[in-house]
Amino acid sequence: MYVDFPLGRPLGKPLDPEFQTSVITAAFALLNAPSGPVLVDFPISIEDSSSEMLACAIPPRFDPDLHEAVDEALGLRAAYNRTVEKHGRTSVGRSGTTDDIAGMIEVFIKLAAGTPLDEIEVPGGDHIAVAMDLRSYYEEAALSLSDHVPAARQAESWLYRATKLGELLHQAQANLKDSGAERRDWYYVMPSTHHRGD
Amino acid sequence: MSDATVRTRANDIPVYEFDSLAWTTPKPLAESRVAIVTTAGLRTDTVTLWSQSDEGFTVLPHGTNDLSFAHFSPNFDRSGFNLDINTVLPTDRLDEMAAAGTIGSVAKQHISFMGAQKDHNLATMRLDTGPAAAQLLREDEVDTILLTPV
Repeated sequence: MYVDFPLGRPLGKPLDPEFQTSVITAAFALLNAPSGPVLVDFPISIEDSSSEMLACAIPPRFDPDLHEAVDEALGLRAAYNRTVEKHGRTSVGRSGTTDDIAGMIEVFIKLAAGTPLDEIEVPGGDHIAVAMDLRSYYEEAALSLSDHVPAARQAESWLYRATKLGELLHQAQANLKDSGAERRDWYYVMPSTHHRGD
Repeated sequence: MSDATVRTRANDIPVYEFDSLAWTTPKPLAESRVAIVTTAGLRTDTVTLWSQSDEGFTVLPHGTNDLSFAHFSPNFDRSGFNLDINTVLPTDRLDEMAAAGTIGSVAKQHISFMGAQKDHNLATMRLDTGPAAAQLLREDEVDTILLTPV
């Protein structure tokens, strides 16, 4: 069964058991086909909302001695902790723990300033894993700062278009690309839906 | 750019084509043991990131909630999974269907592969890790698989 749902949401709607069950029921109904192959479309389509940012508070500046992206990330820590406590899981951890969020961001501060990648000490050794950890941290925090179920890609749009970290990642990605870095090293810094100019 | 653009880019990727298509008449659903196989790149830890050429799989014990997204590709929504694991791995829905008698039972474990692969022929998955995962499910007497692609 082909489901025209946002990428990353194969059951269509989070926190909607009735809808999810209807999707599974429709798929299982295909088991009754007398012969195959069988391919049908699920009758309901859902589009992503990458053009609409999640309405989500950004912490005010707290410590002017810190880089603004580090200050912002530390301000999101309480919200991140609430999400992890509520849902019992996190996808942060590929490059380090949330206690080293400043060290993770430091990688991209240096890249955005033009420091070559091979001159940077990267937590865990892979800056793409660091970028994924930072995305998970911000998106998981955002869920506790929003009062509704976000449409697909709204949380990532908030990160890459509205936050100081997002701006830093864009600059770092541009520098990596301009420096002739391997495609893997700049392309996967963020979703291609948010790339600028490629 | 949106999912539609990502899908369009993927449309032209050549894929392996089987010479023949298998067809099996299944057991009645109410007697079937059901497992989920996803390509969401889920892990039972938060440490290991899936590499782009890793066609291996992770076993997900049924009922495990603290799974993490370790998918290599950043090009899909993750907030749905963060909010509700059933958006990707609908184990609660299968439990409800088993309790209602719609399906026979739920497998003791599920399987995750990772859907963004360099080798679009998926040779390792077809010839090695896929059959290995299938063997694990057969040993659990699984009859039917629900595939959730990511």
